[in-house]
Order: sequence, then C-alpha cells, then structure tokens
Amino acid sequence: MNPQRLSLSFSSTSYKYRFVQGFIRALKRINRQKLATSLLSRSSPTEIYKRYLKVKSAADASMASAVGLRRAWSRALLQRIRDQERINFGNKYYKYCPAGTRIRGKSTTFTMIRNIKRSSDDRNCKDQESINNGALGWKANELRKLVPGGEAMDMCNLLDETAHYIKCLATQVKLMKRIADFASA
Amino acid sequence: MSSRRSRSKQSSGSRITDDQINDLVSKLQQLLPEIRDRRSDKVSAAKVLQETCNYIRSLHREVDDLSERLSELLATSDTAQAAIIRSLLNQ
Repeated sequence: MNPQRLSLSFSSTSYKYRFVQGFIRALKRINRQKLATSLLSRSSPTEIYKRYLKVKSAADASMASAVGLRRAWSRALLQRIRDQERINFGNKYYKYCPAGTRIRGKSTTFTMIRNIKRSSDDRNCKDQESINNGALGWKANELRKLVPGGEAMDMCNLLDETAHYIKCLATQVKLMKRIADFASA
Repeated sequence: MSSRRSRSKQSSGSRITDDQINDLVSKLQQLLPEIRDRRSDKVSAAKVLQETCNYIRSLHREVDDLSERLSELLATSDTAQAAIIRSLLNQ
C-alpha cells in the first residue's frame, strides 16, 4: 500500500485494499464450497447460476463493508444482502457476512450506526413536495430505485449518496475486471 | 463537512435552495463519463439525472457480467489469492 497516494475526500487506496481483501476472502470461501460439493455435477446450470449469485453478492458485500456504515447506501445494501442470505441459507448466514462488518447482533449494529451518524443525515431539506412535483421529481424516483436505500432519502441526501455510490461502483468494476483478467491469464 | 452543515443551518427552516441542488447536480455531472467529456456547461439537471440512472444501470450490468465471468473461472481453476492482492496493490 502506497501511503502517498491517498486522495483527498475519497480515500481510494484503503478502500480498494479493504474491498479486494474481503472479495478475495469470499471467493476463497466459494471455492472451498465448490470443492466440498464436487461430487454433484459441478457444471450444471443451477450450480453455475447459484455460484454466480454468490459471487455477485460477495462483490456487493465487500464493496459495502469496505465503505463501512458511514453511508446510508452501504448500510441499506448490507441489510439487503443479509436479508437475502437469511432467506436463502437460513441461520448459516453469519458465515457469509464479510469480516469487516463484525456482526455481533442487531443492537450492536444500531449502536454503531448511531455513533457514526453523519451530519448529512440530519441535514434540513425542507419543502420536499415542491421538489418531488417538479421536473426533477420523477427522475429522482427512478434514481431512488437504483441506489440502495434511496426510497427513504430526500433530494439532497439522495444526490449526495448517489455521487458516492457511483464512485464506489466504478472502483468495484475496475477491481473486479483486474481480478478476472489476472485469473484468466 | 462542517461548511456544508453551517450552510444548511443558515437556510434551515426555509426551502431547499436551488443553489444547493445545482451544487449537488454539478458534482454528479463530474462523475459521469459522457457529460464530462462533452465539455459543455449547460446540461440540464434532468439530463444529468437521466444519465446518472443510465450509468448506474450500465455499471450494474458490468458487475453482473464480471461476476458471471469470475464464477466460471472458479469452476475451472483456482485463484492464486495472495498473488492477486500483491499484483493489484503494486500497480
């Protein structure tokens, strides 16, 4: 890790490191599962699809936990992944949560959220209805569907979270591309 | 962060200013590849939001494709994890 390369607002180097670490760890885990169930037909379409879902969910989870709980979208994304895994895998879902989140129970998570709550969450964005009915309103609703946790946000927070989310998504794509290129070389 | 808070405190109790919205919209504009390269200042906020939606959707699609590719690679070979991390961080 090169300490001189830290950028100003978006500390990309440490974020990249945390993302790659979490993602590789998850890939190892998925790989071990594949070996464990190798008696079954490894390359059946169902198996391939399930593995694709696991990889995608691991990528999203690594991205969100590399950001931490500082951002509303990362909290919403982690919650969504946990709920999905609880549905898919039952009580075993604790195994799949990336180490960075350190899940100890719901109360701990909410305490962390309360303590790290940023000022942007308390920002006073009034007169939401006039904005919602204006020209930007229906475009913003489309955006809300795409950004995790967007439904509960007002306009200012939504735009702010979107900017950060796009930065993290672009980095995620770049890093995954490098990993895939390296693994296929 | 603190400057943003004092700015919102001055306008608290009143409407969201257009400046605040335009500020955030222009910040978004800088992140979008198409609009950034086009070198024109006058892009409407609605267009920026539309491009943002499209960009996020295309990024999601890329993540899906890469996940698929990685899962297929997992099926065929093992990944050399430590070597990957080292190579990525040295670039």
